[in-house]
This record gives sequence, structure tokens and C-alpha cells, in this order.
Amino acid sequence: MIRRLNAWFDSRLGTSGFVKTALNKVFPDHWSFMLGEIALYSFLVLLITGVYLSFFFEPSLKEVVYDGSYAPLKGVEMSAAYESTLHISFEVQAGMVMRQMHHWAALVFLAAMVVHLGRVFFTGAFRRPRELNWIIGVTLLLLGMLNGFAGYSLPDDQLSGTGLRIFYSIFLSVPVLGTWLSYLTFGGEFPAESIISRLFVIHVLILPGVILGLIGAHMAILWRQKHTQFAGKGKTEHNVVGSRLWPSYAMKSTGFFFILLAVLAALGGLAQINPIWLYGPYRAAEVSAASQPDWYVGWLDGALRVFPAWEIRAFGKTIPTVFFPGILLPGVTFGLMYAWPFLEARFTRENDREYHLLDRPRERPVRTAIGTAVIAFFVVLFFAAGSDVLATVFNVSVTGLLVAFRVLLVVLPLAVGAVTYRLCREAASLPDEEGAPPVVVRTPDGSYHVVEEDGEEPVETGAPHARARGGPT
Amino acid sequence: MSEASRDERRTERSIGIALGVSAVTALALAFTFAVGGQPQVEGALLGVSLGSLGWALAAWGKHLLPAGPFVQERHELGADDAPSEPVSRLVQAGEVDEPGPGGVPAVPDPDEDTMDAMGRRPFLLKCLFGAMGALGLAALFPIRSLGPNPGRSLFETAWRKGSLLVNEEGRPVRATELDVGSVVTVFPEGHVGAADAQTLLIRAVDEDLVTREGREGWAPQGYVAYSKVCTHAGCPVGLYQVATRQLLCPCHQSLFDVMDGARPVFGPATRSLPQLPLDIDDDGFLRAQSDYHEAIGPGFWERP
Repeated sequence: MIRRLNAWFDSRLGTSGFVKTALNKVFPDHWSFMLGEIALYSFLVLLITGVYLSFFFEPSLKEVVYDGSYAPLKGVEMSAAYESTLHISFEVQAGMVMRQMHHWAALVFLAAMVVHLGRVFFTGAFRRPRELNWIIGVTLLLLGMLNGFAGYSLPDDQLSGTGLRIFYSIFLSVPVLGTWLSYLTFGGEFPAESIISRLFVIHVLILPGVILGLIGAHMAILWRQKHTQFAGKGKTEHNVVGSRLWPSYAMKSTGFFFILLAVLAALGGLAQINPIWLYGPYRAAEVSAASQPDWYVGWLDGALRVFPAWEIRAFGKTIPTVFFPGILLPGVTFGLMYAWPFLEARFTRENDREYHLLDRPRERPVRTAIGTAVIAFFVVLFFAAGSDVLATVFNVSVTGLLVAFRVLLVVLPLAVGAVTYRLCREAASLPDEEGAPPVVVRTPDGSYHVVEEDGEEPVETGAPHARARGGPT
Repeated sequence: MSEASRDERRTERSIGIALGVSAVTALALAFTFAVGGQPQVEGALLGVSLGSLGWALAAWGKHLLPAGPFVQERHELGADDAPSEPVSRLVQAGEVDEPGPGGVPAVPDPDEDTMDAMGRRPFLLKCLFGAMGALGLAALFPIRSLGPNPGRSLFETAWRKGSLLVNEEGRPVRATELDVGSVVTVFPEGHVGAADAQTLLIRAVDEDLVTREGREGWAPQGYVAYSKVCTHAGCPVGLYQVATRQLLCPCHQSLFDVMDGARPVFGPATRSLPQLPLDIDDDGFLRAQSDYHEAIGPGFWERP
């Protein structure tokens, strides 16, 4: 049957050659190559759950009086957007699970992209010829963040409305164009009528369309350039060693998709997220303490908190303080990310050939140190976004905490970078053959010793043994 | 001058004219938008502009760029050892397609000539960019309608001379109502919930208040009113700490000193919360003397 079907298609499309290469395509076995897959699969979950939600959600700020099954809000005036989100949560069959799965999937999508980006960065997988895919990947991260923000702003609850208010103020802070930019985006002075319906189109049509197209390009380029791999036995700059797509890799990967789906479904059902019914409908004059954004926006919120009260006033014009943490910081962050492959190539002069074998992070102390320092910087910003919560939990003053965060923001990245650099240098100097870590064997009487390898596979003796790397990685 | 090159000149001129027509009609369209728009005129101008642009490109391709016929070999679908896609090649008039060795026709590289045939018409390229630019300009007008002109609206709120202060339920506030140290959110009558008019009314001890220059008589009986919109990022400054007499913005933890003109004393805010001048009328109700004297909320470019 399959054979006949294949022949039918082949005689019309000439696909057999392609199918053969496709099925035989080799994927490296290293676990870190799974991170991009997590991002891809959670995006699929976002599409599936998102389509379901869009059947019930009403993107409108039209005022209605709540008359649904959630008793505490009965009779309260609210927008149709908020009311339909309550409807999805409490009345629509499977609505709550779908909504919470959608939210969890978004958090996992962004997290997987960030970790995937870290993998690509620290192993040098962005080097020639993969600069293009790096650029697409950074764009995907940026669009993913924007779409996540647009999505959680839709329900028009107290928390997301506060987020939108801050977003509007950030737009407003752009020099020269700010007022026009925010008026054209929101359709007038905040809170303007049009923003929810516009965000809806952006969230469900424009950005997902662009993201889908970019994912296609990302994977087509990956397909064309083939995977990178770590150095090791039989692995060279001219081959890829690993499993073939068909049958084992495809089976494993499909299984993995369902496992991810299962985890997200379980989270969606069991772990409450964004309980908008507790926040209440958005009122411009109200705000709840401890308003925290989704995790991937945390660094921006933290930056808004710790940036000092500086602004530029001259010739009757103002560059407001919000501009620096709200526009300049993300601009510089993404600008540097886009530029990184080219900056690094300029300094290392590694632009003369293609690089398909990956670096181990310790082999590149400078890059690794810069990477960990930058991570430290953003982790500090992330925790700064929770300054009020931390102050309450640990019973310290908010003001003292913010001062501490300002200091940490400068000191910690430098310290982390310096320590990383030292660790890399020391680890790199340890005797450690490429791809052949020393094998530590535990004998039945409980003592350990290192088995000297002489180019042969370690002998399985049946005794419990542990493999450990020769140094911190 | 040969017959062929004269023809070519003429074609180039008509293409240039067509692109010029496209640009001019696009500018006329922009003008139509600017004076308020008219559907039939907009449609007609857009039709002419895009139509002449399309005609120009088609004529450019037909008359001025290398024309075929080109041949591209077909290979049997599903043949396992199909050769990679053959490159097309130009067939000269009268040429018989001779297969090269191995049955595949010898294929010359696409010559330089074909590759930058576009670049050899700088005049037409300029006309093309002109037409595109004019269309882009016309497109700005529909984009413009995404929102109103900001004008002075960021400098104004709904507060007017004599506006009655009402609470969140819309009930007017009496001067006898608040105890010292208490705070209530107020709006101008008829604008309950207005985002930019939200104001905090605080009753302080009269003699502790620092009165700024030019603000004498703004705080009768110790009543002070400040804009509730944080001057940092626009969140409502929702928390009043009675003990320290400070306002805290829960979003980014800016602190404002109520006794000293709501001056920012900590956090990222750079400006004091604007103060609303108050009055108490003969019936004992609180009223505004005027709108705020400065723009409320976060900073923006046009704000001095």
C-alpha cells in the first residue's frame, strides 16, 4: 500500500529522491539539540490551543454587565474581552484547560528559545555559515516576546491593563515621535478604544504568521546546512554523525512531542496561571500591589525599577527617564545579539571557512565569560522586577533592596564573568582528550579508580560504574 | 543612430512618462487624502497610479530586457538519477538545439549582460523609485488615521474651573468628610473613571504642608490633591503610607513626599506629581480652581 502510494506520488512529483534523502537525514544525538524542538513543539501547542480560544474570545472593549457563573463578579461592569475570557474559563467545555495550556505553552516556548539560544551561543553554532539562522532565531525570540505580551494583554484584566499602561508610557517616551507613535498604536490617549481589537489581530494573525514563516525558513536553512556536532570519534567538519530521521529519530521525536503535550496539559489542568478572575476587570485608577509580568518581560520591568531617576531636558523638550530602560536597553540588547556573530568573527578572524564542529564552552573562555556575565546581568534585572515581593517575603525595605540591585547589576556580571573565565582556563588546561572523558570505576568494595583508556572502549565488567568529566564544564 | 536604438529610446521615454504619471497621480492621491478624501477620486487615482506603474514594469520587461526564447530541459519525474535542475539558456534565432556530450545540452552561464540588465537604465530606475516613493507618501495618510492628532491633549485633563470633586461612586466630596491623614480617589464630576483625570485627595495637617511658590491657596483646610498618575510610567500611585506621609507607586516603587508637593524622594520617578488647585464652595463641597497647570503622567518629548 505505502509502496504503491509512494510510486503514485513519485511518478507525478518526482519525490522519491527527496523522500529518500529526507528519511535518511542524520540528526546528532546530543541532548542539547532537543531544545529547539521543545520550542517548535510548544509553538504547535500554542497554535492548536490558540485556535480553540479564538472561537470564544471577543476582542472588544464594549461595556457589558457580568451575568456568568462566577458569583463574585456578578453584576460588575466589565469589557466584553474580560467577560468572554471569564466565559472561556468557567463555562466553555475544556476552556480553562485550553486557556491555561496556552499560557503555559507560551512560557515554555519563550524559555525553550532562550535556552536554545544559549546552547547555540556557548557552543559557537552561530559561526559561519550559520549567521543567517542566528539572525532568524533572534528575530523569533523578539517576536515571541512581543506576541506573548500582546496575548496576555488581551483579557483586559487589572494586571494586563496595568502592563499596557506601562507599555503606552514606554511608547510615549520615544524622542520626537513618541506621542504620535503611541496615539497611532493605541488609537488615542490611553486607554483608547481600539487597542484590544488591534492587539487581537496582531496576536492571532500578523505575528503568528510571521513566526510561522520564519520557523519555516529557520528549518529549511538548518536542513540545507545540516546540523553542527561536537567533536568526537568519527566526527569531522565534513560529516554529521547521529541517528537517521527514519525510523528511530522520527519515532523518538514524535514521542517527545506527546510528552511535551502531556506536561503542558497537566500544567494547564493542575497549575493555576494568570487567574484573571482574581484580578478583576481593568480600571484605570486601580492597581494591585505585586503586579508582575510574565517571566520573559521581567527583565524590562526590573530595568524600569532600577534605572535611576535621570532624564534629559533641554530646549523645551524632554527625553523621559523611561526611554533608557524601556527603549534603549532592549534596542541595545537585541542589536548586540544580532551583531554578535559578525563582531566575534571580526575579533577572532574566524571567517575563512565553514565551522561545523562545535566548541566546548571552556575552549572559548572569552565568549563564555561574556555570555555568563550577560546572563548574570539579566538575572539581576529579572529579580529586581520582583523587588516588592522579595521585600515582603524577606521583610526588608524596598528601598534598600533597590539600592542593592543597582550595585549587583554592575558588580555581579563582572564577578561572574571573571570567575567563568578562570574556570574555563583551568578546565581547558586539564588533561582531557576530545570526546574521551576519563572513566571512573567503582569497585564492588566501594573504592573508585580511573580507568586509563588506551584507545579502546572501556570494558563492561558488570560492576557499577560512573562516568564523570575531567573538570567543570 | 540605428533604427533599433531609436526605438529603444522611444520605449524608454514612454516608460519614463508612465512612471511619471504614476508618481503624479500618487501625489494627487496624497493630496485627496489630505483634504478629507473622496472614494471615487481615491479609487480612480489609485487605479491610474498602480496601472501606469504596472504598465511601465511590463513594458520594461518586454522591450528593454533580454528576451527569449530560452530552453530548459525536462527530465522524467520519478527517475531516480534525475540530473539536477538544468539552467535555462538562450536560443539564438535559427539555432538547432544540439545536445552536448552525455545527452544534456551544453549550458552556458547566465552572462553578466542578463544579470545587470536592470542596472543599465539609471534614468528608469530613478523614475521607478520616484513612483514608489510617491505611493509610499500617499500610504502615510491611511496610516495617519490609526489615531487622532495628539495636539495639546496630553497637556489637558477633564478638570475645569469649578469642577466638583466626586469619588469613585460619583458622589461629591464634602470638606468635613475626611479625617486628617485619610485619602480618597476623586474625579471631576461627569468623568468618573477617566484615566488622566484621576486624582488623590489627601487631608493633611495644615501647618506641616510645604507650600510651593505660586501655589498659595491651593490647599484649603489642609486638603491637597495630586494627580494619581505616576510621573514615571503612568501607573496609579495607589498606596498611601500614613506614617511617613508618602505615596508609593506599586509598579516601580517610586516614593513621593505628600507634605512637600509630592516630590519624588526615591525610585525611578523624576518629577513631582502635579498638584490640583482646590477650593471649598459655600455649600462646603470641594471644587477645582482650574485644570492642572502642567501635563500629568509620564514624560514625553514635547513636554518642557
